Amino acid sequence: MGHGPATKWEEDKSSDYKARLGIWMFFGYIIIYGGFMLINVINPKLMGLDIGSLNLAVVYGFGLIVFALILAIIYNNLCSRAEKKLNETKESDE
Amino acid sequence: MNYQPSPWAIGIFLFFVSFVLFISYYYAKKAKSAKSYFSAGGSIHWSVNGIAFAGDYLSAASFLGICGMISIAGYDGFLYSIGYLAGWIVALFVVAEPMKRLGKYTFADALDAKFNSKGIQLFAGISTLVVSMFYLIPQMVGAGTLVEPLLGIPYWAGVLMVGTIVIIIVATAGMTSTTYVQFLKGGLLIVFSVVLTIMIVNKGISTSPQNGDVPYHEFKELALVDNDSLELVDSSLMITDTWEFDHVTLVRIFIDGRETIWEVNNEENVLKETLFITALSGGGTLYNGAPKEDAQFFQVGHMSEVAGSENGETGPLNPFTFIEAIKEGTVVLWEKQKIQDGEDVITVYYQNPTEGSKVLVPGLKFKVDSERGATFTDRLDFMSLMLALFLGTAGLPHILIRYYTVPTPSAARKSTIVAIAGIGFFYILTMFMGLGAMVNGVIDLSNSNMSAPLLAKSFGIGIFAIISAIAFATVLGTVSGLIVASSGAVAHDLMDRFMGIKLSDKGKVRAGKIASIGVGVIAMLLGLLFKGMNVSYLVGWAFAVAASANLPAIIMMLFWKKTTAKGIIASIGVGIVSAIGIILLSQKTYNEVYHLVDKVAPIPINNPAIISVPLSFITIIVVSLLTQKKTVTE
Repeated sequence: MGHGPATKWEEDKSSDYKARLGIWMFFGYIIIYGGFMLINVINPKLMGLDIGSLNLAVVYGFGLIVFALILAIIYNNLCSRAEKKLNETKESDE
Repeated sequence: MNYQPSPWAIGIFLFFVSFVLFISYYYAKKAKSAKSYFSAGGSIHWSVNGIAFAGDYLSAASFLGICGMISIAGYDGFLYSIGYLAGWIVALFVVAEPMKRLGKYTFADALDAKFNSKGIQLFAGISTLVVSMFYLIPQMVGAGTLVEPLLGIPYWAGVLMVGTIVIIIVATAGMTSTTYVQFLKGGLLIVFSVVLTIMIVNKGISTSPQNGDVPYHEFKELALVDNDSLELVDSSLMITDTWEFDHVTLVRIFIDGRETIWEVNNEENVLKETLFITALSGGGTLYNGAPKEDAQFFQVGHMSEVAGSENGETGPLNPFTFIEAIKEGTVVLWEKQKIQDGEDVITVYYQNPTEGSKVLVPGLKFKVDSERGATFTDRLDFMSLMLALFLGTAGLPHILIRYYTVPTPSAARKSTIVAIAGIGFFYILTMFMGLGAMVNGVIDLSNSNMSAPLLAKSFGIGIFAIISAIAFATVLGTVSGLIVASSGAVAHDLMDRFMGIKLSDKGKVRAGKIASIGVGVIAMLLGLLFKGMNVSYLVGWAFAVAASANLPAIIMMLFWKKTTAKGIIASIGVGIVSAIGIILLSQKTYNEVYHLVDKVAPIPINNPAIISVPLSFITIIVVSLLTQKKTVTE
């Protein structure tokens, strides 16, 4: 049995860019997620702080979910743009 | 709890199961090749795959476990929602595209793409099986738990039924039918969770929550003349036993020949009614001193103060004011105390009115605040859980194989984004469903996993039937995905690649089908063995093993050029052994699996990731560096 991808597709010249971008955005999210964990263990009372009618725990918790989606959409747009640009440019050069 | 099945629920459930089986039958004809069986031919549209991801991921743990945990422990249950969703960031930014680019049917393919090593094939195959098994247990527990109220059949029958249906789904059409079942279920789960949430906030909150089907039990109080001598105002009643503990004093009174247990409340100078379950030494269980059929074990969950009043009612709310009303009021939570009564063991649940502001911050289940008694290991445990949830998702084999069902890496990426949107939205709703159950008198203290379905039941049998059928489908879908992943590990990783058994394409499909039957049977047995554990907690363990065994290997293989095959093998091995070792020697396992209540476990933390994940990373780095030369000469 051959050992390779299940489907064939064109070579993607933007994969290095996408991998680098992914790692940076991953670390960006880690900082925010890590901040949430650290507040909980270092100064948990802060989580009860009122933010409008809610508190920091609820706002931060919902925020982590919404932030993940916003980052995901930004990442997808940047990747799609890079795929279009790099693959088209390189192809026209060849 | 004594549940009455409804014909509507049974009808909707049967319709759903028939439909699912029809999908399997329909796609069975197309699933003749290995590519079609294990990866749906790589032809699924990314949007369908994205919702199917949600279907895969929003398992019984998410729907039943998280809602149940929020309903009894407030915000701490929501921590699982946050962690589970955050895990998708790792999946999207780090593994989605490379996994698709490098792999074929299983994650072992991707891991092994650069090395072609028998050792990686073996260890990655074993790791897939181990993680899938850990994940399967809570799904089967969830299934058994659900059928009781839904169809009125016992736990074991539910486990066997789910196992059988899933084996049929997987053994007929593999990944294609599994994908469409997941798509359907993921979509329905999100839509009806929205409906349920709208109903919850629209109903508002009352100190005496009235439900459609089960009248709310007003908990009684008995006045004391003098709390020092525990003398009752009603002289016809007599306290027969007193048990004193650090946080609570409990007394037993026989009323009209019926056993009752009360909590002594010194501040208010009264005795407060409790709920209790007696495990009789000769076998059998009593609920509030009576057999289950007498329905004396009431549903609980209410606020003792709403809108500034002890007899308050808010009227319809919106999502923000709903949370605010809980934050500003007082929620009656329930504490647990075990009593050794001769040969019998009594578990007593007593009221603990708690300020809403404390319910909406972490700390009721996972101790984090030193002022509330949290130790260093408590905080370490919390960090460890959050780490496992974050890093576990991208190491789950049944999630990783879904990247092979789409045609291209960019489709893999887009489907992950759809998944994040769907799953994130659902997780926000868990907060409302969990809190809704907490204040609407629908918690079964003997089984927190039932909170969400019972909440639906309080709004009418129609929505209960639909929610229950979806919850059941949730289990079916996730179990199917896990079994496909496991059968791929057996037929593709272990038999074909590791052992080098040259199977024809059809032979491989047959091997996959036989493996799926075997895994299905083992899953049923484990489901019977682990009855009664909170499903979300069990899934936490699966994540810990996935985060420790799989993710370090995937990340280092992708981003560190010096990684060697031996490094990957050692890392997977150390990850599995250390994670499982810590779990097996943890206090939680001692108490809830081995039932060693008074024994102190050798490992002080319950969640292994904070030790096992770094250990796995260190192993891959050290072993890779030590085996560099060999790689170069090769």
